[in-house]
Amino acid sequence: MPEAANSVVIENLVKKFGSFVAVDRLNLTVRKGEVFGFLGPNGAGKSTTIRMLCGLLKPTAGRAAVAGFDVARDPESVRQNIGYMSQKFSLYNDLKVIENLRLFAGLYSVPAKQLEERIAWALEMANLKGQENLMTRTLPGGWKQRLALGCAVLHRPPVIFLDEPTSGVDPISRRRFWDLIQQMASQGVTVFVTTHYMEEAEYCNRLALIFRGKIVALGTPSELKHNSMKGELLLVECEPLGPALEALQSAPGVMDAAVFGNALHLSVEDAASSAPKIEAFLRQRGLAPGKIEKIRPTLEDVFVSLTTGSAAEAPTQ
Amino acid sequence: MSLTRLIAVARKEVLHIVRDARSLGIVIIMPVTLMLLFGYGVNLDLKGMPIYVYDQEGSQQSQDLLKHFQSNEYFHVARVVDNYPALTRALDDGSAKMAIVIPWNFSQQLGAGGQVKVQALVDATDDNTANVLMGYAEAVVQGYSFQIQIAWLRQHGIAVQTAPISVDTRTWFNENLESSAFIIPGVLALVMSVIGAFLTSLTIAREWERGSMEQLISTPVTAMEIMLGKLAPYFVIGMFDVAVCAFLAIAWFHVPFRGSFFTLTLASALFMIVVLALGFLISVLAKNQFAASQIALLITFLPAFLLSGFLFAIEQMPLALQWITRILPARYYVSALKKIFLKGTPTAMLSADLVPLAVFAIILTFVATRSFHKRLE
Repeated sequence: MPEAANSVVIENLVKKFGSFVAVDRLNLTVRKGEVFGFLGPNGAGKSTTIRMLCGLLKPTAGRAAVAGFDVARDPESVRQNIGYMSQKFSLYNDLKVIENLRLFAGLYSVPAKQLEERIAWALEMANLKGQENLMTRTLPGGWKQRLALGCAVLHRPPVIFLDEPTSGVDPISRRRFWDLIQQMASQGVTVFVTTHYMEEAEYCNRLALIFRGKIVALGTPSELKHNSMKGELLLVECEPLGPALEALQSAPGVMDAAVFGNALHLSVEDAASSAPKIEAFLRQRGLAPGKIEKIRPTLEDVFVSLTTGSAAEAPTQ
Repeated sequence: MSLTRLIAVARKEVLHIVRDARSLGIVIIMPVTLMLLFGYGVNLDLKGMPIYVYDQEGSQQSQDLLKHFQSNEYFHVARVVDNYPALTRALDDGSAKMAIVIPWNFSQQLGAGGQVKVQALVDATDDNTANVLMGYAEAVVQGYSFQIQIAWLRQHGIAVQTAPISVDTRTWFNENLESSAFIIPGVLALVMSVIGAFLTSLTIAREWERGSMEQLISTPVTAMEIMLGKLAPYFVIGMFDVAVCAFLAIAWFHVPFRGSFFTLTLASALFMIVVLALGFLISVLAKNQFAASQIALLITFLPAFLLSGFLFAIEQMPLALQWITRILPARYYVSALKKIFLKGTPTAMLSADLVPLAVFAIILTFVATRSFHKRLE
């Protein structure tokens, strides 16, 4: 039975490859029409989860339902109701744009009556009108990505899964791609997308941060920024940066230190009291700190803090 | 099973073939090349084998014997020399396959009613050719020997028949004893092994390698639709190539065709299904184009070439090999082809070949469908 309000329901989902636990008792619910971001470093289990949701991998334990259909028991119904874009561009390079679209229209059994209209719509959406007869091989990366999305949604699926759809695509094309995603979500389509670009994560309604097969944080981007960090964040400018980072990693009261651009971000208990101590600590070691100030954490700070933090706490593998 | 999806897969596969120069070359050029190669290049007939003769005597009678060799179609007397080293050199460098030495006392001994030995030196590197040459040489010498005997007997007033017993031979099926008629029908099996197994072995492996398989299996298309959609174009191509090869065999090489085209089509379709299923199976298991193509050549093309009875008679093989040939589909197809072309054997009498082919087709199709799953593991 389709669970109307929720497009994706994951309960205690586990995937093991031999003794390696790729996905470790995952629980998650994605609502209809949501743009849901799946964020995590490489090897965290993002693709494995998405592949299980598309019925391409069999879960080791637990269950997952997509558009109301169980992914292990009824993968064919799941496939009727989803569009999927796998990680690397995987349309056929030796087919023309229009031939790739016709192929997927056929594979999704788009009725003959709607065929031309659907293809015209996909071309329009992907901004590929007039390029129908170009060989797919010759398209720039961003165009290919939009074509792949067009192919994946020809049959108007209620849920789409995008596995790092914008990797290797220039920033402007990336921006345009996200406009498309927002546009589809506004029409009620649920979008489940993995990424490791932080600025893309900001476009999502909700995010799950996954690390070593487990969700370490879940919420809207602003919730994550406000609630997920332990302590407060200090920005430290110092020349040269390398020795300063090395020294500060063992400084008292510093929970974590990382390079962000041309400065350091330190996570500390209390920013106001730590700032003078840090300055003194650096001067003692012959380093000349510049500006030291309290800042609001970005998603990247949250990401770094959570992934390095739990690495230290729970060395699972 | 959805026809729309099956056609979508088949159409895409046709586009792949048409846009890939390598595949297209194999489809169009390979069958014709193999036909010409085997039609002209491979000749098992031993005719006009070069021989050297060293006539030590140079008498009327030794010249007579020489003429017998010269007039025999199996020999070509390349040179008559006057010393031994010239013979050994000719055998060494291959300009002669055999050397005949007529001794200096040839006519003298014959006149005295004694026995003369003519020496034959044979290059036995290829034992089969050597055996055949020795047989022919013996026949030539014996024939001449017989003539002398009869002449001697008649001279002494004894009336004799020319030859008391002779064999009246009639060759059936391949009346002109041309090896091309024996070889060319079998070329069809080679062509189909390449089209069926080699080309199809690449199709699934290619999709895994390029990553397009993941996209393909995320759609509602079923495993069966992928398999049939991918194989259908190759089936059509294979049958087309059979027609081209059969046409060349009959119209160009004048191989007799006495059977029915229906029987040829039936046997070819069965064998095509067998090699397609094999190629698909290999492709699924190998997941890598290079490995798949190597395996395909190893288990289809080579056996079809060496063990199918295409060039080498199965009855002549060691018993163990003869048993192995029984599990080779190509053996039954080659056997059927030779019967259909040369003997015109009707379908009903080909069950010994067609039934095993049908069994292979059913088993391999079943295994191939079972081997392919729409999962990434």
